[in-house]
Amino acid sequence: MDWLFLDAAFTGGSRDECSAKAGGACWAVIGERLNLFTYGFYPAAERWRVNLSFVLLIFTLIPILFEKVPYRKYALHIAVAFPFVTAWLLVGGLGLTPVETDQFGGFMLTLVIGITGIGFSLPIGILLALGRQSRLRAIQIFSIGFIEFIRGVPLITLLFVASTMLNYFLPPGVTFDLLLRVLIMVTLFASAYMAEVIRGGLQAIPKGQFEAADSMGLHYWSAMRLIVLPQAMKISIPGIVNTFIGLYKDTTLVIIIGLLDPLGIGRASLADTRWTGLSTEVYLFVAIFFFISCFGMARYSQHLENKLETEHKR
Amino acid sequence: MGNTVVLHKGGGKNLILSLNSRRFVLLKKIAGMRATKFLAIIAVLFSFTVVAGAGTLEDVKARGKLNCIISSGLAGFASPDGKGGWQGFDVDFCRAVAAAVLGSGDKVNFVPSTNRTRFAQLNAGEGDILFRNTTETLSRDADLKLTFLPINYYDGQGFLVPRDLGVTSATQLAGASVCVQVGTTTELNLADYFRFNKMDYEHLNTGTNAESIIMYESKRCNVYTTDASALASTRAALKKPSDHVILPEIISKEPLGGAVRHGDDRWADIGKWVVNALIIAEEMGITQKNVKELAKKPGNNPSMNRFLGTEGSMGEMLGLDKDWAVNAVSAVGNYGEIFERHLGFNTPLALPRGLNASWKSGGLLYAAPIR
Repeated sequence: MDWLFLDAAFTGGSRDECSAKAGGACWAVIGERLNLFTYGFYPAAERWRVNLSFVLLIFTLIPILFEKVPYRKYALHIAVAFPFVTAWLLVGGLGLTPVETDQFGGFMLTLVIGITGIGFSLPIGILLALGRQSRLRAIQIFSIGFIEFIRGVPLITLLFVASTMLNYFLPPGVTFDLLLRVLIMVTLFASAYMAEVIRGGLQAIPKGQFEAADSMGLHYWSAMRLIVLPQAMKISIPGIVNTFIGLYKDTTLVIIIGLLDPLGIGRASLADTRWTGLSTEVYLFVAIFFFISCFGMARYSQHLENKLETEHKR
Repeated sequence: MGNTVVLHKGGGKNLILSLNSRRFVLLKKIAGMRATKFLAIIAVLFSFTVVAGAGTLEDVKARGKLNCIISSGLAGFASPDGKGGWQGFDVDFCRAVAAAVLGSGDKVNFVPSTNRTRFAQLNAGEGDILFRNTTETLSRDADLKLTFLPINYYDGQGFLVPRDLGVTSATQLAGASVCVQVGTTTELNLADYFRFNKMDYEHLNTGTNAESIIMYESKRCNVYTTDASALASTRAALKKPSDHVILPEIISKEPLGGAVRHGDDRWADIGKWVVNALIIAEEMGITQKNVKELAKKPGNNPSMNRFLGTEGSMGEMLGLDKDWAVNAVSAVGNYGEIFERHLGFNTPLALPRGLNASWKSGGLLYAAPIR
């Protein structure tokens, strides 16, 4: 405690200045680099776009996550536009100054990769899980092949392929944005795991439920949407959130291909001659950020489980 | 690529087998045509690769930015500052090349890389040039298909040990546990050195210098080995630097330099002569401050005039503007200025020039003349 707060130095221009002031932690390194940790190399003049995206994110998430929100129905419709608006805000073009995606970094990069991965892997995962159980042979083979292939390869390999191998296969001049490649790979990776989690949920649904849906004359999609999936998803919640949290933490692997997430920024900052040796402070700071995000997700999952609790309570 | 074609053919065969014989002939035709077309497309792509791959200079000019691969964090050589930019010795060489080619030292996209990925990133075209305190070796030159630029830093591998270990020479390190960064020449030299001296050791692999410091400080290893320049910065960063000593043995030559991909000699020439120009600028006393003034009109020193572009057509021969060297020096200063800014006595690293002094003052820096 003393080291953390009482003896800590919060201002200063270098490690030496810190240790001249106090014997504890030197938080000045975080203070000086807060912008770097937050925005990465995003141009300072355009940072309002990141802030605005973040505010939009909160306003989109509230109606999605909580039921008792006024005008929730309309808000959900508007939420569909969120990914497009944010992508436009962050990348620019159409009236905004374009920003190269290799300028992205820090917490912002984690959020972009994490939220894109989470947002897209759930629907793709559901489709893959249904596909795996499909009676159409082609779809089934495709789903199984996809899931088993992706699960059989480490994420780091996929990222490496995305960053370097892909360029050998694309004609030069056709550059495929690095961040976009990463987003696609991370999403596909998470989808494969998601599919298996949801398949677990689907298999827990008694056969009678499928037959009941059939006997009511429901079409396949209606049966899935109205009867099977709501139950399967409820069962799968812990597994789904587990995958989300895993994915969120896996975003730190992007350092291997030269994108600097908070961990990467932290490590790189330690190489600044003014700040070398402050690894405890930097790693602690990054750990707190990840803990808050991941613990938040875990708590929400518990809240959701309690809310949807209808039976089986022991 | 070969695999893709085979896969495609295989797919075609399966398709044919599953169909009845009436459609067989027609489908075979289509499948056959597709395979041919596929091959043709690939051939076009390949020829494209060869054509477009020949002109890194044109690519850079068209892009308006130089993609420069640097370290994702190495004290003195490359590290982000608090304002969202990069600083360091290697970073300044990137800026110099950008200034020579594009006229401004700010027209650089920095591509951070790790020890493991740097060459893959360069060869995949993620960067146009690599300045990442990389040791020039035969296998990297020939097998990894790199073309090295002139050496910009002469380094050598040393050992850092705690003073209370009581060791005064590297030959007493038998049985030590040694921290070493993976994917570096350091790792290989370490193995060679201990084998040659018939000593056992345990090695602990680390990913970065920062990681090694943590391992060393927490006494997971009792020796840390890396290039002497990095050892100096590591020692300076320890809690009580005076409790640690750098052993006198330097066990390897580590000539560090920039690199480009094989196969684009024109681009390699540009990288080579920018590095040479920075070294020559120091020899001639051309600095960041006086370079613009000197370049205003031709002086009475012909070799300086050629450097400044006021005489001859040196820039033109490289495919650059005549004031290429002036731009490079006015962006980052001459070699000596770069060294002092990031590694010299006014920095926490406090490295002496040593081998990296100009040949005129007893060092190894000796650049071919611009003429």
